[in-house]
Amino acid sequence: MGRKLLLEHINVPGINTYEVYRSKGGYAAVEKALKTMSPDAVVEEVKKSGLRGRGGAGFPTGMKWSFLAKPEGVARYLVCNADESEPGTFKDRYLMNYIPHLLIEGMIVSSFALGAKVSYIYVRGEMMPQIRILEKAIAEAKKAGFLGKNILGTGYDLELYVHPGGGAYICGEETALLESLEGKRGNPRIKPPFPAIAGLYGCPTVVNNVESIAAVVPIINDGGDEYAKIGVGRSTGTKLISAGGNVKNPGVYEIDLGLPVEEFMYSDEYCGGIANGKRLKAVVAGGSSVPILPANLFLKTIKNEARLMSYESLADGGFVSGSMMGSGGFIAYDEDQCIVRNTWNFTRFYHHESCGQCSPCREGTGWMEKVLHRLEYGHGKLSDMDLLVDVSKKIEGNTICPLGDAAAWPVASAIRHFRDEFEWHVTHGSEAVTRNYGIAHYADPLPKPEVVA
Amino acid sequence: MSVKVTIDGIAIEVEPGTSILNAARQIGGDIVPPAMCYYSKLKDSGGKCRTCLVKVSKGSEKDPRPMPKLVASCRTPVMDGMEVQNITSPEVIEARKGIVEMLLVNHPLDCPICDQAGECDLQNLGFEHGAVKTRYEFDRRTFEKIDIGDKIQLHMTRCILCYRCVFVADQITDHRIHGILNRGDHSEISTYIQHAVDNDFSGNVIDVCPVGALTDKTFRFKNRVWFTKPVEAHRDCDHPTCNGKVTLWYKGEEVLRVTARKDQYGEVEEFICNTCRFDKKKTSDWVIDGARHVSNKSVISSNHYDFIPLPVVKTNPILMEANKEQFERDTRL
Repeated sequence: MGRKLLLEHINVPGINTYEVYRSKGGYAAVEKALKTMSPDAVVEEVKKSGLRGRGGAGFPTGMKWSFLAKPEGVARYLVCNADESEPGTFKDRYLMNYIPHLLIEGMIVSSFALGAKVSYIYVRGEMMPQIRILEKAIAEAKKAGFLGKNILGTGYDLELYVHPGGGAYICGEETALLESLEGKRGNPRIKPPFPAIAGLYGCPTVVNNVESIAAVVPIINDGGDEYAKIGVGRSTGTKLISAGGNVKNPGVYEIDLGLPVEEFMYSDEYCGGIANGKRLKAVVAGGSSVPILPANLFLKTIKNEARLMSYESLADGGFVSGSMMGSGGFIAYDEDQCIVRNTWNFTRFYHHESCGQCSPCREGTGWMEKVLHRLEYGHGKLSDMDLLVDVSKKIEGNTICPLGDAAAWPVASAIRHFRDEFEWHVTHGSEAVTRNYGIAHYADPLPKPEVVA
Repeated sequence: MSVKVTIDGIAIEVEPGTSILNAARQIGGDIVPPAMCYYSKLKDSGGKCRTCLVKVSKGSEKDPRPMPKLVASCRTPVMDGMEVQNITSPEVIEARKGIVEMLLVNHPLDCPICDQAGECDLQNLGFEHGAVKTRYEFDRRTFEKIDIGDKIQLHMTRCILCYRCVFVADQITDHRIHGILNRGDHSEISTYIQHAVDNDFSGNVIDVCPVGALTDKTFRFKNRVWFTKPVEAHRDCDHPTCNGKVTLWYKGEEVLRVTARKDQYGEVEEFICNTCRFDKKKTSDWVIDGARHVSNKSVISSNHYDFIPLPVVKTNPILMEANKEQFERDTRL
């Protein structure tokens, strides 16, 4: 077990208040950055750390910051994306709920690095308690002189605002978030221009996930090189994983990237295995948008190597036999779960949340949902699987924003890996509504690859 | 200063900042991607329907990497040395076929009773790129018809949510009171609490609508467009922003409807005011400029029955008699 960077003091009573947070070494990063470093040095430090976006796409944060256009006389903005609404992901809410000052500290340092005078935290509308917590924390920080005019006497001004969203999943897409923040309908914008050139109110803007911004704090405190020592390869640092589903100990865990998934799944320190002594059937590794994997492919890659919790290892095998890190929403399914029903449920979510702007996603998600509903309730046809794969292919990559991809991947992967179960739902229609297919061969060890001389 | 772009192997020099679609339109012909939502006269339109997707096989001279996904040609600016594949790429054709299928998933097949039939962009698109049969086996979404004002009817069931009418209201009229309500496939064009759309240029939403969702109530169910004859005309309109150049659609002596003049991509040349559109339906109101050229591929050019009987028939009594018999035989049910 490595050192916790974000959740180190999470169990200290009263850590959500300014006094306790400060006494545990909080706001040291602000002091260090504002007093001893230049904004470019902060960006350089984040670049060195190798921190990758924690919101799902995994784009290097330092690189994103260096793309920010810096025209003279135009305001720049930092927007924190706290519109966490991916099914299975609840790490940001946890962070904001229990240790809000960490996010605020990260916001101050990041805003300083980017030269933003006004920054926003866009919080999902349903998270009203977290909005109140953040507002209280901002008021405390302001009183202590870490926000407002002339912070710590360095001449740097920053105003931080919390903005509640309307509760739409699509507003977690960065350009839709900016539209929503401007008070418009939350439709994703057509790129280019990218937010780094023309974002909020037409000004250069950086949008970062809560966890990415919070991770800037330990990077500044310890130095980027120190942060980069944690993890494997290009996956550096620690990551919050929100484990849910049929695991014994669901919750938010901070792991060092590169932890073997088997350890994460079965060690008592983390998930502790599957509840009620059942067996693992399938895993969604990073929130509902990423491809679902059967247990055998999840624990071992197709090359029979142990899979690690890292961006690269989870994606090993591409879409054929791999998945993605995503936003860290880890969902485990035991042998009694029905993959067809789960896929239908995910698709129902995407159908409900599609903004309706571009046609493939608007019509395709509804179509897939109806077909999957039919399959789940035993009225499907054997041709439905091919139809679903074809429709998902027509959506994938043809839409304005990644929601289309996110809707297509779970369906395509479920059919790729669990086709037997889908077919069983057709051939045993009436049985399918009374019992589940079970674990079948999904946890069997992978066959040894043939050695080609 | 111009940039060179190659579309399906045809090179052209265009102004920097031109979109791929407009560069293709400058070349013209079959390589022009279809566009259902893009409208060159409306700022910010496009990017939504995805029918104009093309493949960029070479990003630019500086950065020759291909773009990872198909891009919407109406909203992607050209770069110097860019190479684009439209009809030469099987991937694009396949994707476009998929998009057409998606557009038709919730579109009613009521062309036989739809006023737009014959001049409908979706009908043309479906004819060229669509599959013969639908794979969609569920109920289509339906809506009640709404009257927005006394001259325009909204039949939301047919809408493909191109947002063009929203942009018209934003940019051409003095205020917008209709927009998109709800989201996903239950989103709809509507006015808030059944408000009437009422201003001088509201009629233009009918012209920009690519399908039969917004129709002219003064023309509704009067006739099929291919039975009418388009004639270009103008009048001295006293509206400051309307120049009164229109197309009159005749049936016999009667003007059935008035629309703005449209170019070969179905886009109006200039927007017209509601007085010209709805209130001036007498030939005496207009100065006729001449017959409108209609492409011989268009269904509107069919059924030009006015040359029958041929002039020679009119003067020869035997032929007249024969023609009468022929006519009766042909028109018998």
